[in-house]
Amino acid sequence: MEKKLLLGDEAIALGALHAGLSGVYAYPGTPSTEITEFIQGNALAKERGVHSRWSTNEKTAMEAALGMSFMGKRALVCMKHVGLNVCADPFVNSGMTGVNGGVVVLVADDPSMHSSQDEQDSRFYGKFALIPTFEPSNQQEAYDMMAQAFDYSEKVCLPVLMRVTTRMAHSRAVVQCVDVPRQQNELNYNAIAANWVLLPANAKKRNDIVTAQQAQLEQDAVNSPFNIYKEGTDKKLGVLCSGIGYNYVMECFPNGCPYPILKISQYPLPKQLVRRLMDECEQVLIVEEGQPFIEDQVRGIYDLKTVHGKFDGTLPRTGELNPDFVKKALGMEMDQCFDPCADVVPRPPALCQGCGHRDVYAALNEVLKEYDNPRVFGDIGCYTLGFLPPFRAIHSCVDMGASITMAKGAADAGQWPAVAIIGDSTFTHSGMTGLLDAINENANITVIISDNLTTGMTGGQDSAGTNKFEAICRGLGLSDEHLKVVVPLPKNMPEITQIIRDEINYKGTSVIIPRRECMQTLQRHLKQKKAQEGKK
Amino acid sequence: MKTDIILCGVGGQGILSIATIIGEAAMNENLYIKQAEVHGMSQRGGDVQSNLRISSDPIASDLIAKGGADVIISMEPMEALRYLPFLAKDGWIITSATPFVNIPNYPDMDVINADLDRLPNVIRIDIEQMAKDNGVPRSANVILLGAAQKALGIEYHKLEDAIRRVFGRKGEAVVEANIKALALGREAQK
Repeated sequence: MEKKLLLGDEAIALGALHAGLSGVYAYPGTPSTEITEFIQGNALAKERGVHSRWSTNEKTAMEAALGMSFMGKRALVCMKHVGLNVCADPFVNSGMTGVNGGVVVLVADDPSMHSSQDEQDSRFYGKFALIPTFEPSNQQEAYDMMAQAFDYSEKVCLPVLMRVTTRMAHSRAVVQCVDVPRQQNELNYNAIAANWVLLPANAKKRNDIVTAQQAQLEQDAVNSPFNIYKEGTDKKLGVLCSGIGYNYVMECFPNGCPYPILKISQYPLPKQLVRRLMDECEQVLIVEEGQPFIEDQVRGIYDLKTVHGKFDGTLPRTGELNPDFVKKALGMEMDQCFDPCADVVPRPPALCQGCGHRDVYAALNEVLKEYDNPRVFGDIGCYTLGFLPPFRAIHSCVDMGASITMAKGAADAGQWPAVAIIGDSTFTHSGMTGLLDAINENANITVIISDNLTTGMTGGQDSAGTNKFEAICRGLGLSDEHLKVVVPLPKNMPEITQIIRDEINYKGTSVIIPRRECMQTLQRHLKQKKAQEGKK
Repeated sequence: MKTDIILCGVGGQGILSIATIIGEAAMNENLYIKQAEVHGMSQRGGDVQSNLRISSDPIASDLIAKGGADVIISMEPMEALRYLPFLAKDGWIITSATPFVNIPNYPDMDVINADLDRLPNVIRIDIEQMAKDNGVPRSANVILLGAAQKALGIEYHKLEDAIRRVFGRKGEAVVEANIKALALGREAQK
């Protein structure tokens, strides 16, 4: 068996490849990005022709994966937690259609919001969509579980949701890999159209079948090799844990845990195992990363006083877990020796020196000084940092694409100037439809598509619309008169400010595209060029 | 054997390559490894850290508990102080002496130095200058690794071997520069 030092994300990717994957479909999003990147760079994936090109958004990714599954092949869909909101429609309905080839939907949650706008826990989606959910605790388990998840998906004819969190995704450990990867599935025509055509008549039948299947899924979770009940001698307490929470519990007991432990890694929640722990132990502590998903089911509305966790404050309700919180919850002393140093100041992230977004904000701020109460609707990307000093340039950032539609709503309410600022990749992800709304009504907004030719914040992945933005805007019905392209550089400031001013003063929808390559990818490209020249 | 390490600095300073070398050396020794990294938005000039744990026994947690770090290796002096609550009582701080000032309210260096002076086990090296003076300007981070070798509990030649494996595909010149940087760090620490 080969040993490799892998990030959790990489272990997931390799596990999927070794399970006979035929395609990965994803939009970049921290902390899930490295899964697809690993497959893009993997030799076996190349040899086998595994699809790995980025999708335009999570919805197109999920639907493409369903298409691959329909033809009998195995597909992986990867996203960050909020991406699951974007593809909620195909995800939830894939629970109704079921699958032909195995489908695993890998969602990486980001508790503590290291790089996200909320802390939503994807396990709720699994329960809600009646889709079985897997949750690995470590890199080896993530690798092993991927093969099981694909097999299980094909066995029960349902997609499997695999949920990880930031620490699992972005932590490295040694993983032992299989010697012989499984072959890919052959294309087949076994998909039954009546299952996939969700007309009410068909969907009602499928709904009954999938609902009836839930009891079996729960029984499978009871028997799952990933759901482990460990005996303990001290039954004053039982510990119910899942995912990364299990690691923190075990860290507290280097010589073995005296309490019975139930580790959950496969859902629906196996009630039989939970009851056993509850019956055997006087009190139960629930340690799970994310929202109190298991705890809510166990406590119920009876608010059992013997159950401890996030609802009673034994563990913090928000943020990610860590070994110190779990130590405290288990009644152990903290080992801290040194107090925090009072002289240390925060060092927030900032836009790179030389970044084109900086010039865009400088120009925008310069012009907006001339107006009373201008409002700038921001979006998701590096340029969200424009909220911070020195720019303090945006007034909102909600979800992918909301800049344009919120600006439109504000303009509908009578606001002027209403400016939207959105990145190139975010625009193709979810901004185009909103721009069509605006153009159809000639809404009085100015849209800035700050094009750095890449998906910058996640590390520089290809952006779906590169070289197509003018054509897209024209195609949506924007007139050339109000479609302007500029190069965001300090020397072009007079031109840029004049264009912004003119387009704000124009009573209708206009689009300005400042275009200059991201500093990160530019440096990478220059390095590659230098290396190539060195070889010549 | 068990060593818990916090690697820290500012996004882009090269802490992950130090982690890669240590990880490579540890894996070759058949040690257990867990290394939690920071990716994403905070890499843009913000403070970054990585928890690196190596042990001869299996490791449960990806994160180090407060008071548990045997070593803090920092590419930046104020960043070294940020993680003090994680430092073990007899733990070591091995840090670059050169501040990275990309914020308007960076404290006076006298204040930072006085804070470091109050701690029992601190090694401070002007790695940037040393790297420039010795013709290895891109290997300042490996000088720091050389200075941390003893505290890490990994034999010197094993770090050398790891450098050869990690940088091998970049050519002999890069390997030699990093081997030299490692030696500079070892000397500076004495």
